[in-house]
Amino acid sequence: MKIYRIHALICAGAQCLAAGGNGFEEALKNELKKHNIEEEVCVVETGCMGACQLGPLLVVYPEGIMYTNVEAKDAKEIVEEHFLKGRPIKRLMWKKEGKEEFPGLKDIPFFAKQTKIVLRNCGLINPEDINEYIARNGYKALAKAIVEMKPQDVIDVVKESGLRGRGGAGFPTGLKWSFAANQDSEEKYMICNADEGDPGAYMDRSVLEGDPHSVIEGMMIAGYAIGANRGYIYVRAEYPLAVRRLETAIKQAKQAGLLGKNILGTNFSFDIELRMGAGAFVCGEETALINSIEGKRGEPRKKPPFPAISGLFGKPTIINNVETLANLSVIIDKGAKFFKQFGTEKSPGTKVFALAGKVNISGLVEVPMGTSLRKIVFDIGGGIPEGHTFKGALTGGPSGGVIPMEFIDTPMDYESLPALGTIMGSGGLIIMDETSCMVDVAKFFLKFVVDESCGKCVPCREGTKQMLKILERITSGRGQKEDIDRLEKMGKLIKLTALCALGQTAPNPVLSTIKYFKEEYLAHIIDKKCPAGICQFSALKEGGKKHEAKVTH
Amino acid sequence: MKQKSLIDDLHDIQEEEEKNYLPLNKMIKAAKTTGISEAKVYGVSTFYTMFSVYPRGKHIIRVCRNLSCHLSDAEKIVEKLKEILNVDFGETTKDGEFTLEESSCLGMCSVAPAMTIDDEPFGNLVPENISEILRKIKEDSKK
Repeated sequence: MKIYRIHALICAGAQCLAAGGNGFEEALKNELKKHNIEEEVCVVETGCMGACQLGPLLVVYPEGIMYTNVEAKDAKEIVEEHFLKGRPIKRLMWKKEGKEEFPGLKDIPFFAKQTKIVLRNCGLINPEDINEYIARNGYKALAKAIVEMKPQDVIDVVKESGLRGRGGAGFPTGLKWSFAANQDSEEKYMICNADEGDPGAYMDRSVLEGDPHSVIEGMMIAGYAIGANRGYIYVRAEYPLAVRRLETAIKQAKQAGLLGKNILGTNFSFDIELRMGAGAFVCGEETALINSIEGKRGEPRKKPPFPAISGLFGKPTIINNVETLANLSVIIDKGAKFFKQFGTEKSPGTKVFALAGKVNISGLVEVPMGTSLRKIVFDIGGGIPEGHTFKGALTGGPSGGVIPMEFIDTPMDYESLPALGTIMGSGGLIIMDETSCMVDVAKFFLKFVVDESCGKCVPCREGTKQMLKILERITSGRGQKEDIDRLEKMGKLIKLTALCALGQTAPNPVLSTIKYFKEEYLAHIIDKKCPAGICQFSALKEGGKKHEAKVTH
Repeated sequence: MKQKSLIDDLHDIQEEEEKNYLPLNKMIKAAKTTGISEAKVYGVSTFYTMFSVYPRGKHIIRVCRNLSCHLSDAEKIVEKLKEILNVDFGETTKDGEFTLEESSCLGMCSVAPAMTIDDEPFGNLVPENISEILRKIKEDSKK
């Protein structure tokens, strides 16, 4: 093996690339060539490092120094000063409140205060090289499961670990598996739900881009446990980089004999196929996703029968979310007890949150379940930009609700959030300050649901549209006193009667903002004022039709 | 080994077309080869936002209109795009280069506002840089 003097890790996650990361890598390589030190410096393209807002990011080892917002023009200085003379470039280093530089990664609170299980390899390894995953104990858990354990043992360990579905609902994973395992069927399927669509959520994309093998290994362990030999990864077409890295990972796993027939000399055979979505939020709902894999319109099916009994092509099927699957190899390798030391009694393990909105450092944050919102926003995320104040945090995207300042110390877990009228969801966390209008936010999510409703059931198709009409009326200064009651009544009705989770949760943002910010609704309706100054009351005239922005086909 | 679904077929058809759409005759052909009825193929083609049954531009611009982008003034990016391209959502520029579409979320909330052009992501957008990005895309595709 070749020994390098310096390792330069460049984040090649989609967000760093979007911020201009491509140009930097090329410039760095050119500089290394110019100074003839290509043999001394190993440049590694990694997945997401987490601090996406400060990207493009570069980490230099052995020192562990992180450079932020690097540009192509910085490459010369980095190579000449740091790589050749050993003098780190202070102006590019991560700084404490914009002043003093942090010496290394481990000193930066954003990283030091996280607990990484799911993101254990993200930003550390090259996601396009299976050997780097294997070097980090990759596929060890798979070997342990299929050689030393019976399928029932695997299910028992996962049950014991208390792992709950990270896609949003928080259903116990081991219990879900046991339903399919108990089915007597020659064909069973294991599906990975990588159709991440919640506005504000991008943790699954980062795992797929940064550590695709952890998802593949998780699927294989799950497949072994339930007795499935075929797996599908349903990934949204909006994530071309994730698709490419998954394709590479599957190919490499096949070449290494880790996917295919008689894996590691056992009787267990498993194959994985990729299936691409085509732009439909509802396909994240598991029965709609099954229809989409079958090549049909992504409309949900009625439950029961549940997919574990009759799913893809009518066979027992288990659908797990990306983050859930990425936890599995750690649980099997290190045991349920190890996993349970993190998080709370009822929600063990960690959760990855995608921190976005009005916060100083947005990016991916993995913390033990039950960590308070305050710690995430202020200790890790560095608080709210100067001169502004925290108003609320949205969890769960269009299915969730808002957590106001008075509940900022609430532990983030599967029990506490529903008690506040919101949900954990997939982990999107959008922070809002006093410049955000809560009625506008509620309207925004409702418009999203109206656009994304598949149209199959009436409560979701028509109900959300009527609610949106009322909200548009309120935000344009034509609200009526009875409108708040109407919204609440309709919201509750839709929750009770919609066919799938999309519709059943669609009124949540409206109900939640009414619950905590009723005075803002009243200001719009009675005083004809938007306290945040967002809603323009003159823009929409009576009877005038606002531009309908949905793409027409 | 790989068994394709109708959606995979439609992706393939659309990719082959310079105008990024599903022509009627090819949808009919897909129906014949898969044994799925023409009506159902059309149903699938019109269900998913990434498919189009009408001709589109060479490049598809998808602007993110998620809440994080919304809070970061994405509307200004939208306005600028509409102004430069002189089109509305769902429309194609006169020269056939660009079609403007919106996306519910591109998952790039930390670099909001964001957009993709074909498969390439762009983040931290400011209205002033839009025309330069478009110019480069046009230039690169001519090479």
